[in-house]
Order: sequence, then structure tokens, then C-alpha cells
Amino acid sequence: MDRIPILKMGQFLLVTIQVDLYDRLALDLEADLVRMVSKTGAKGILIDISAVSIVDSFMGRIIGNIGVMSKLLDAETVVVGMQPAVAITLVELGLPLKGVYTALNVEKGMDLLKLKIQVTDEDETDPEYDHSDDISE
Amino acid sequence: MKQILNMITATISLNKDHMPVQRDQDVVPFRNRVKEYATKIRMGLVNQTKLQTAASELVRNMLRYGGGGEILIEVVSRGRDNGIRLTFSDKGPGIADIAMAMKDGYSTGKSLGLGLPGTKRLVNEFDIKSELGKGTKVVILKWANG
Repeated sequence: MDRIPILKMGQFLLVTIQVDLYDRLALDLEADLVRMVSKTGAKGILIDISAVSIVDSFMGRIIGNIGVMSKLLDAETVVVGMQPAVAITLVELGLPLKGVYTALNVEKGMDLLKLKIQVTDEDETDPEYDHSDDISE
Repeated sequence: MKQILNMITATISLNKDHMPVQRDQDVVPFRNRVKEYATKIRMGLVNQTKLQTAASELVRNMLRYGGGGEILIEVVSRGRDNGIRLTFSDKGPGIADIAMAMKDGYSTGKSLGLGLPGTKRLVNEFDIKSELGKGTKVVILKWANG
């Protein structure tokens, strides 16, 4: 049985889809990714689809689902490397893939993820809170 | 079958190929076959992607609702234009209300309901015929430069 490998790199999970997706494979990836986020406490997922020649409504929905599910587990998802023809087709199909972040390539995707995580970290720390109290205790 | 063909632009069929699709795993080889034919008639990359995506939508419908079926792949020509025509036939339960099924966002399953209307937007010609209890036949055509 085929499986798409998920690599852990620091706080991130990396997925490179190098094979043609079919429904079962996409569903397994969705389940595996959500499980991995929960297990590793990863803060971000980067999915490279530069080798994927077609994304139809089902696979598009799975990608969207991964974004929403991982968000529920406090992780951001960035999809990188979409081929121009795939982007054109997705929009005409009626699936503009809202809800996931996208970047042109892996490098930019990583930068975006790092930025997203930093921003949320800053949001969560209360600026009024004085950290020096912690140390004195 | 005759009726359907009459509704679609008169064309000359240059090459024919039958492919049965019964399982999920048959989808990838089918998509590859479509790609092979599209490359052969020098279809542009965007059109190829649209055709493959449309084919992928229809083959999923056929598996999910029709319990599998057969696909006829044809290279057709009209004047100087070459194109690919795909005919999806299943012996499933048929579609009760085609007008409804062609609407964006309508689905009897759990999908987004983009399959049929989305597919129609991706190809040059689209025809669907369905008879309750007998099955469904969908014909799509994409011109190489369409």
C-alpha cells in the first residue's frame, strides 16, 4: 500500500507529494498528518505539490481539510509550488482553495510559516505582563 | 449512443480505446492514458490539465455512484482541429434530476457538489444522459487548442 512520507523538521512537518494522487492516498495523508501534528506538537505543515499535475475537487477538498484540521490543533498549513495550470484549473472548477496559505516555493513557504508562528507567539504573550517577576520567584 | 453523438459537434474519430474502471486504483492509469493521448495531439499544458481534471471528476462519479464502468477514449478531428473525446458509461442507478445535479453545490453524497458543473466549465463540450435504473453516460470533448 502506498503512503506519502511525512518528515519532521524542528517545529514543522514537511510533505512532498511526488506521486499521482488518488482518493485513498489523499485520505490517508490527511489522517496521517493530523495524527502527526497531535503526536509531535508541530506548529506548521508545509505541503509541496510542485510534482502534482492535477488537483481535482476531491483532492482540493482534502488539502483544504488539512488546513482547517491542523488549525484546530494549533498548526498552520502552507501549500507550496502549485503549477500554474493547476491554479487555473482549480479556479475554473470553482475551488479557489481558501483557508490554506500558499507560497511560490519551499523556501518562501518556510519563511511564511516561521513568520506565522512568530506572529501568533507574540499575540499570545501579554505585553503588560512583567517577566522579571518570574525570575525573582 | 447515436443520440448523444448527434448532439455533439460532428467529428471524425481517428483512434479509439476502451478502458474499464472498476476500482480506485484504476484511476491513475486511466488519467495517464488520457495524458498520453493529449500529448500525442499536442494539446497545451493548461488544456491537458483541465481535461485530466475533468476526467478525474467524472471517473470518481462513475466509481462512487455508478459502481464502476467503462470509458471510451477517442482522438477526434474537425477540420484542422484535433481533440480528445471521453465517453463514461456506467450501469448504475442513474441520476433522477440532471438539472439539479448540474447545479453548483448540489450533491447527494458528501462532496462539495462541484464535480459535474465544474467539469462542464473545464471542457469544450459536455453532454449527459441518464436513465433511472439503467445507468448514466457522460461525454466530454476538449480541443487541443480550445
